[in-house]
Amino acid sequence: MNRFGLTIAVPRGALLRETLDALDAIGIDTAEVRSNDRKLLFADVGIVTMRPSDVPTYVEAGAADIGITGKDVLMEQAERQVFELLDLGFGPCRMVVAGPAGPDKAQEALRRLGVVRVATKYPRIASEYFERTGRQAEIVEVNGSVELAPLTGMVEAIVDLTATGTTLRENGLVIREDVAESTARLIANRVAHRVRAAAIDEVVEALRGSI
Amino acid sequence: MTYRIPSGTRDVLPDEMRELRAITSALLETFAQFGYGEISTPAVEYEDTLRRANLGVLSSYRVVDDHGEVLALRADMTVPIARVVSTRYADAEVPLRFCYAAHAYRAVRPHRGQMREFLQAGVELVGAPGAAGTAEVLTLLCRCLEAAGLRAFSVGLGDARLYPALLESYAVPDDACERILGKLTMRDLVGLEREVRSLGLDDAAARTLIEVPRTRGGVDALGALGGDGDGPLVQALEGLRAVAAALDPQVAGRVIVDLGRAPRLGYYTGAMFEVYDPELGEPLGGGGRYDDLLGRFGRPLPAVGFALSVDRLHAALAGEERGERGS
Repeated sequence: MNRFGLTIAVPRGALLRETLDALDAIGIDTAEVRSNDRKLLFADVGIVTMRPSDVPTYVEAGAADIGITGKDVLMEQAERQVFELLDLGFGPCRMVVAGPAGPDKAQEALRRLGVVRVATKYPRIASEYFERTGRQAEIVEVNGSVELAPLTGMVEAIVDLTATGTTLRENGLVIREDVAESTARLIANRVAHRVRAAAIDEVVEALRGSI
Repeated sequence: MTYRIPSGTRDVLPDEMRELRAITSALLETFAQFGYGEISTPAVEYEDTLRRANLGVLSSYRVVDDHGEVLALRADMTVPIARVVSTRYADAEVPLRFCYAAHAYRAVRPHRGQMREFLQAGVELVGAPGAAGTAEVLTLLCRCLEAAGLRAFSVGLGDARLYPALLESYAVPDDACERILGKLTMRDLVGLEREVRSLGLDDAAARTLIEVPRTRGGVDALGALGGDGDGPLVQALEGLRAVAAALDPQVAGRVIVDLGRAPRLGYYTGAMFEVYDPELGEPLGGGGRYDDLLGRFGRPLPAVGFALSVDRLHAALAGEERGERGS
């Protein structure tokens, strides 16, 4: 177990390296996690690793006391009952509406057909955004390579996360609208937040000091 | 042959039932020792009656009966007891003390392990205002959990009026209040801090509004909060201090004062409780003071109560027995 006595859910993928850097900076030894990308549970340092989108699930259930994941994940799973304690600042990216370069097919669809088809891995964020902006959208949920959907003509637009815009550009897509911004966040289980308040506050203060 | 039952419902077989029965018996015995009389009401009520409570917790299950009236399954026992008080105890002397162990019904989201039908045990204390009534119910809450055999639990104590009162005392505009309380309800303390910073308040006020939702600790920490004098926070803490002062030390030792509890719209009017056990990632139950509810049924009386989930209490007890995390 780490010096805080807390089980920490750590996201594999794009946020992993900076998450481990942040944990190192507050005195949690992550060497074993870095050297082993198949193992999932590191009991000696109180770390469990998982997909970013599973972090809120484990933290809500109390299988981890605290966790780190992207704001995009938290927005998509807004019903999860977890505390969002700290913006860690790393892993910045934007949730955008994008479509094929050239004339805006989404605009045309809305004008002539009254509804735009939108592919996304974030159905909740996408449908809430189009609702909020007063447009009818048919949300098509896909699980990977969202860029493919408008290229095949299945949809007129996508809602997706982009850090640099490179993948969009390489697939001939341009950003049409900004939906939200995202960075890594520290979250806590709601029972742990109360019964392990001192340890969690200590982590928050240490992380705040190191970013 | 196997036959399905609706998701979120379940059968209880003898081994488990024996344990559940032991828990409810321990709870009901403690309720009785404190002078609370057990009551039973129909699981199904007229929807109009449940709606009258206007608590934001509406039943998810409705049927139309053969006279065209809409019936609904109760979502808790608090509303049926409010109906009983105004109907059957219209002229009775207060305080009234009721307890129950009964099923209630809520909608579930798929794949979340939530129950449609769940067993609650709890009490309602009607007509005992202020800190004394709240302290009686908090004491009973701790005693009945101890009687059930739970060891490591603590009780979170918050105040529904506290944060709204702070916002008001700093003259935060209505629309900003709504956004900030929305963030508090979502437990999004990052978003809350951003909203507060965007208000352009002086440093001390902004710091108070940002720090208060993060403040939780023992009852003894209450004295030091808010600093000297008569600032907005000191005034907002009056209610909690009065409750804390009315608790005997054993109960006070169980309490985690939590200034970050979000007020639930139209529900609690003062103290709010939530029961935690380190063995379980979710609260075992909760309650609080709801002084406006009885008035909606025509007999305005202050009231306070709690409800415990018998299943979660059972899970926490099993967890403590296994001692997975020690206590």
